[in-house]
Order: sequence, then C-alpha cells, then structure tokens
Amino acid sequence: MPFALLKYALAKEHPDDPHFRWSPELKSSYDVIVIGAGGHGLAIAYYLATQHGIKNVCVLDKGWLAGGNTARNTTIIRANYLTPEGVEFYKESVGLWRGLSNDLDINMMYSERGHFTLAHTDAALRTARWRAEVNKHLGVNSEVIGPDEIKRLCPTINIDDDVRYPILGALYHPPGAIARHDAVAWGYAKEAIKRGVEVHTQTGVNKIIIENGRAVGVETNRGVIRAGKIVQAVAGASSEVARMAGFLLPIRTIPLQACVSEPVKPILDQIIVSGSLHVYISQSARGEMVMGGATDAYGLYSSRSTLDFKESLMAHMLELFPFMGELKVLRQWAGMADMTPDFSPVMGLTPVQNYYIDAGWGTWGFKATPVCGVRMAECIATDRQPDLLKPFALDRFRTFDLVGEKGAASVGH
Amino acid sequence: MKILTCPINGPRNITEFVWGGEVKAMPDAASSDDQWTEYLFLDQNIAGEIYEWWLHAPTNTWFIARRNTVTDHIIETMTVDAYFVRTSEQRGGSAA
Repeated sequence: MPFALLKYALAKEHPDDPHFRWSPELKSSYDVIVIGAGGHGLAIAYYLATQHGIKNVCVLDKGWLAGGNTARNTTIIRANYLTPEGVEFYKESVGLWRGLSNDLDINMMYSERGHFTLAHTDAALRTARWRAEVNKHLGVNSEVIGPDEIKRLCPTINIDDDVRYPILGALYHPPGAIARHDAVAWGYAKEAIKRGVEVHTQTGVNKIIIENGRAVGVETNRGVIRAGKIVQAVAGASSEVARMAGFLLPIRTIPLQACVSEPVKPILDQIIVSGSLHVYISQSARGEMVMGGATDAYGLYSSRSTLDFKESLMAHMLELFPFMGELKVLRQWAGMADMTPDFSPVMGLTPVQNYYIDAGWGTWGFKATPVCGVRMAECIATDRQPDLLKPFALDRFRTFDLVGEKGAASVGH
Repeated sequence: MKILTCPINGPRNITEFVWGGEVKAMPDAASSDDQWTEYLFLDQNIAGEIYEWWLHAPTNTWFIARRNTVTDHIIETMTVDAYFVRTSEQRGGSAA
C-alpha cells in the first residue's frame, strides 16, 4: 500500500480533495440551473462551459453526486439500435466515449468487449438482421452470426440445444463497451468545476418559479435561486419535477434491477445480452459479473431488490453460463427507470419557456451521457432543438411521431 | 412472494396479475384531438397513493387497487363497479 495513503488515513486533518472544490454558498442567481447531479446533468454543465462559454452554471442535487441511476446502471455502451434516429444518436455517443478519458483527464476504464444480442426465436433473429442492416447502412459495425461463431468468440457460453431456449444466432456489435460509471460523473464534475461551474449537493428543489410562462428560478431547501434557464436531468423523478414546472410527461417510473457476483478471475470478455430471456451480463474490470434483467412488472418509486427478479434472472443465466452456478451474488439493487411508451428518451424544449428537459432514459441512459450532454447544452445555449434531438422532442407524442425503439435493453422482440 | 387480493378471486401471488397503469378519467367524446392524445400518453406518475388498474390474467378479471407507489403497500382493492360508485359519490359530495 502506498505510504501516502496510510499517512492520509492516520492524519488528523484531511485537506480538500483537489478534484472537487465545493462551493459552500449558493449565489442568488445563475445563468443556468441544472437540476440533478448525475452523469447527464454534470455533462450538460461541462459542455455549457466548454463549448458555449456559459460558466455561471449551478448543478443542484437533492442527494449526492451521481447517487441515482449513474451509479445503478450496468455500464453497457453501444450504438446497435434499431431506428435510424436511435442509431445516429448513439453512434455520436460512442464516438465521444472513445475520447472521454483524455478529454476529462480521468481513467474511464473504457473497454471495448464486443456486444452480443442473442436470438432464441425466429422473430428475434429477424429483428437482429433488421438491426444489422440499419446499423451497416449508417456506418455502425454490426453483423448477424451463428452459434458456432458465437462459441468461437465467447468460449464460455453454452450453445447446446438441450436447454429451454437454445441460441439460434446473435447480433454481433464489436464496438460494444463498458466503462467505470463513477469516473464518468467525477470526470465531468471536476472538469466543470475547474471552469467555474458550481455543484451543490444536499440541495433539493421544492418549487420551480414560473412567471408569465417562463421559468425564472427555483425554491430549494437552502433558499430561492433565480436563473436565466433551467434544465431538469432527474431520471426516476422526472414526472415529479416536471409537475413542479406545470406539465405532465409520457413517463411511468418502473424499477430496473441488477446485481453483481463475487469477483473472479477474467473468464468472460464479452457483453452478452438476450432480449428474449431478459438478461444481460458482462465482467467488470475488478472481476464481478454484472447482471441485469427486465424492468419490474409494475411501477414503483423504490430501489429495492426482489427474489422474484433474481430467480428469473438466474434460471436463464445458468442455461447460458452453467459455470455461474458456482458464484454467489455479492450486491443487489435497483434503479428507478423513466419508461416512455416508445422506449425512446425525451429531450429538449418544453411547453415552459427557458425550461428544458432531459428525461425518459428508461434502460438506455448511461451510454447516452456524452452525446446528451453535448446536444442538450447546444439546445439550452441556442434555445433551439438540435437536429439530432428533433426525433426525441416531447412534442412527438402530440403529433404521433413516436420513435419505436425495439433495440432498447430489456425489450422483448 | 408478494400477494395481491383480487376482489373476485381472493389473495393470489402478484405474478398472476398484469399491471394496467393509473386510473385516468376518460375525456368526453367531443374532446379535442389534443385532449385525447394527452389521455393516451400522459401519466400523472405520482410518487404516493394512487388508484390503478390490475388484471388477474388467469380469469381475465380487471379491477382497481389503491397502492402507495413509494412503499409498495397495497392499501385496498375493489371491483371496477365499486370504484366508480365511490368516485361518483365523491364528486356528488364535493358538489353539495
């Protein structure tokens, strides 16, 4: 162990972490207030400061830094979606992810593993072919492969046909990656703070002040703050916060559960997903098997874990990876997911002037962190819906221009 | 195992049921397209006590439950008829 660490632990005084210089006092007004200090909110603040020169920005959070879904997802990053709108959006995100460790000067542990979406039925195989064609057309590396090729690339998987749902093939997406989720939030936070952005945790918003149809400020547990513009990035609580601004959302809050096994030596290099079986698994850098399933069967504002979830997850997992029978579950949790009717996010302008929304991230939010930050910052700075975000506008429900995204995680095909 | 009590079939494992979402007041037939669209897509999605639709799938029985969406406590369940009698009484009460 480094002696510096030991010395620090035994010292009586602990100097501030040089990464985060917290601002003790709230100012009375800011150019932009970001509600929610998760990956998305912090990324918006960072790109407002770096790309648009808007540095008088304050990020508020009721809890602590990145304590919500940023810390609760299974960190899968990919661009192999089904709709052209989705593929274009996530393709830009993957491009940003690749340079993020350098941009933010923090080791993101971005690790390209290859992403396999297994097909166990003819219908799922058909969707896989469809996705592969859309992906290739838009310059995203995806192809459909058969069981033998899956076994060659991922030797630990069971491709026998004496299981309930034998593997017929897979959509193979080589750029599929995982990253260290905390580093994403910390990286954006420290670089944003360095440029003058303030981050205030333990600061809950109780009311959004609207005057003449314009958002002009917020009431917090630490007093009133005025703002030129306000953006909400509060996955799980999106409906409750939007209600304070005076409008309803096409969102239901439903838990998405996950768990990790005890750590073991590297045995699974790939990211394996099955939409039909509602499972996904990858092995993290520290050796834990990171596993997730489908969203719960009904809406709930809670991050509890259930035995039902683990039973159904493990039943399928053991058919895919019999060796998993040797492993114990180490941690279990849930995140509160914003589920939209079309499995696509809601981003951009709202019915309230100077009020912007970043919501509806269901089971697909982490991978979008950088691109959402860039484009939402553009939206806020220019007060225009950027082209890339046009398909995801809140208004699409009024005009029935839904973006049916069957490529989303935990969506059966 | 979580138990949900169907007003017709009694207490059953919640895995036998399908969630139908919050109860919304259906707009008048003459309502505008926008009002119908809002009815179709928008949800209150309240963190707290709500009335919601449930289906007991094996018997195809729809009914109403009152549940707290933060604690997951099911306060009561009732038939659809009982729910509408209650809400019309409440409306009558508030008008009087």
